[in-house]
Amino acid sequence: METNRRGGLSRRAVLLGSVQTAAGLAAAAAFPGLAWAAEEPPIGTWPAGSAGDSVFIGISVPRTGTYAVQGEDELKGYMLAVDHLNSGDPLMKAISPNIKKGVLGKTVKFGVADSEAKPNTAVQEQSRFISENKAVLITGATSSAVAVALNKFAQREKVLYVTGISGSNDTTGKDCVRYGFRQCFYGQTAAAAIAPVLVKAIGKNKKVAYLTPDYTYGHTVQKSMEDYLKPAGWTTVTNQVAPLGAPDYSPYLLNIANSGADVLLNVNWGHDAVLSTQQAKQFGILAKQKLVFPYQIPFIAKEVGPDVTAGVLAATDFWWTLQDKFPVAKMFVTAFEKKYGYKPEWTAESAYMSFAMWADAVERAGTFYPPAVIKAFEAGAKIQGMVGEEWMRGADHQMVHPVVIVRGKAPSDMKSPDDYWEVMEIVPGEGVMQAPDAFGCKLGDYT
Amino acid sequence: MISWANFVSQLFNGLASGALLALISSGLTIIYGTLGVLNLAHGAMFMLGGYAGYVAYHATGSFVIAVVAGALFMVAFGALVERVIIRSFYDRPPEDQILVTFGIGIVIVELVRLGFGSLTMSVPPPSWAAGVTPMGFLIYPTYRIVVLAIAAAALGVLYIVLYRTRLGMIVRAGIEDSGMVGMLGINVYRVFMLVFGIGAMAAGFAGIVNAPVVSLTPDIGDGILVQTFVVVVIGGVGSFPGAILGGLIAGEILSLTSMVDPAYSEVMLFVVMTLVLLLRPQGLLGLKGRA
Repeated sequence: METNRRGGLSRRAVLLGSVQTAAGLAAAAAFPGLAWAAEEPPIGTWPAGSAGDSVFIGISVPRTGTYAVQGEDELKGYMLAVDHLNSGDPLMKAISPNIKKGVLGKTVKFGVADSEAKPNTAVQEQSRFISENKAVLITGATSSAVAVALNKFAQREKVLYVTGISGSNDTTGKDCVRYGFRQCFYGQTAAAAIAPVLVKAIGKNKKVAYLTPDYTYGHTVQKSMEDYLKPAGWTTVTNQVAPLGAPDYSPYLLNIANSGADVLLNVNWGHDAVLSTQQAKQFGILAKQKLVFPYQIPFIAKEVGPDVTAGVLAATDFWWTLQDKFPVAKMFVTAFEKKYGYKPEWTAESAYMSFAMWADAVERAGTFYPPAVIKAFEAGAKIQGMVGEEWMRGADHQMVHPVVIVRGKAPSDMKSPDDYWEVMEIVPGEGVMQAPDAFGCKLGDYT
Repeated sequence: MISWANFVSQLFNGLASGALLALISSGLTIIYGTLGVLNLAHGAMFMLGGYAGYVAYHATGSFVIAVVAGALFMVAFGALVERVIIRSFYDRPPEDQILVTFGIGIVIVELVRLGFGSLTMSVPPPSWAAGVTPMGFLIYPTYRIVVLAIAAAALGVLYIVLYRTRLGMIVRAGIEDSGMVGMLGINVYRVFMLVFGIGAMAAGFAGIVNAPVVSLTPDIGDGILVQTFVVVVIGGVGSFPGAILGGLIAGEILSLTSMVDPAYSEVMLFVVMTLVLLLRPQGLLGLKGRA
């Protein structure tokens, strides 16, 4: 477990106290109805969790299993964000001028646990962080099955949850909750953004084979892609649903090889995506069918090799070369690479932004009182994301921000060893989102 | 998607993946049959074999040397694990044996993760086996056909060792009554050490040979371990021919079910296992009262 500590000098405590009072007064001006939240009855870990000079965040990411590589990147994004919150880094201020040193002047500490991408494990670990550490915020997913479970857990425990990585429509759709917030893109926005690009690049009336992981993420992304490709005459010839962590894809791939498809849409993620893509190549499928990743898999190009991802279209949240266009992205990529020695993927970017958006909401609320923070989120204030402005949609707790369409570069076009993808388009967020209630979202109670 | 072409493709694929499962399972079943220890580190040994082959391949550039070096490493590793850890557990209750092998598995996985990270590592197939082979209306990766041949040959060698040599005779006698074998003046522990080494090698060898097919991460053993147990239960715990039959059946179930509904192929594996447990609890080729 990693923690960041700060000495508890009494003079400092007094100073901090005065900062908090000032922040409280500022919040009183912004949210008159919430200013005296201290008089509210205790809820979740409030007020115990924020009574001292630090607050605790419980992080559960997969560090083993199919999503281990992505989970580690996500964790690094979180850790960099905590560093930056505690040091008052200019990057945090560039994202939102509301963010100060510390969150409401308090040091942010955190604990890390390995969720193994399993809902049960994640819930157990987070309940430990809540009971033992009085966590004011829990986070981490990298599997929508975990995200949905932690959504419900957060609502029950009345502790805020920022999702981390989750691509299912259900996370802010039918399984949305008042206490859960998602920063990253998802099946619907990915499909709406990439479908027109696919039709333009590959043509109309194509036959599609899907490789789909058998849980909420896979099913909703597959369904969204189908819905958005249908008007252009794209038909599904087969949908090969495989369990998470399948040791071999040969039966599924044989069915795809014999399906007569023109396009292979690989919805798998993590190592599943790596393995199924490599094996699709072994079966000679990639020579005949055009490969597409509707929901970008971090590190896939590095793992399968750029010769396989060359020309492959994918929808994503972020790619590091966007730093040439967006100063905030440049600050992030520079800081991340300095600390960890490699270019961040979108898992780290979304993790970093998740903490930034939480800190911004808490600062605006002027309190850690969860209902007040939720209302601050729901006010939809804009912050500066890595790819332009973004804001929380109050009705379903989904961040509105652009989807990035990338295309794999051929090895000969790569200017540096990490230069795997070329940014094709940046599709604005509002246009690709469904109506907030289209996937059956009912947020639930504040208290 | 049921068509004649697809049916034949899947039938062949079931055979190819089944042969590999049979090889891994035979290691598990030999160890259990002889030592009475259920080796939950078997999946980790499959993975470790793959990494051993990876290291040897990148040191020498030769696939054949990688396979041989990796296999020898796994025999030595298995024998060492038996000598240092497993031997202290023969007289302890089965739950202790299960816990210690489970623990060994975790340690192996995490040590490999420490050394190599979680990113996928690849071993290319030898150049003479790269590409695809057209087989009538079926196109199949050449290397997978090679894997089928290698797995069949390795099973053949194991059969000869077990049924045609003095060592095999002792092992089979040990399965029946290890106390009696000891009384006849044979050093049972030395045999046990060798058997554990051979069992670990069967898994590790399969891991090396399969590395170009699956690519390596520290977690690849998990899914294989589960399937291996199913194979052993279907075929009969402790039975070498049972492991082969069970492996082929499991391979065919996974492949053929995927034609009808891929989401059910793993489920069908467990359905068949349950049926076997209900109708013939000792497994298809297991002997009554042994397991």
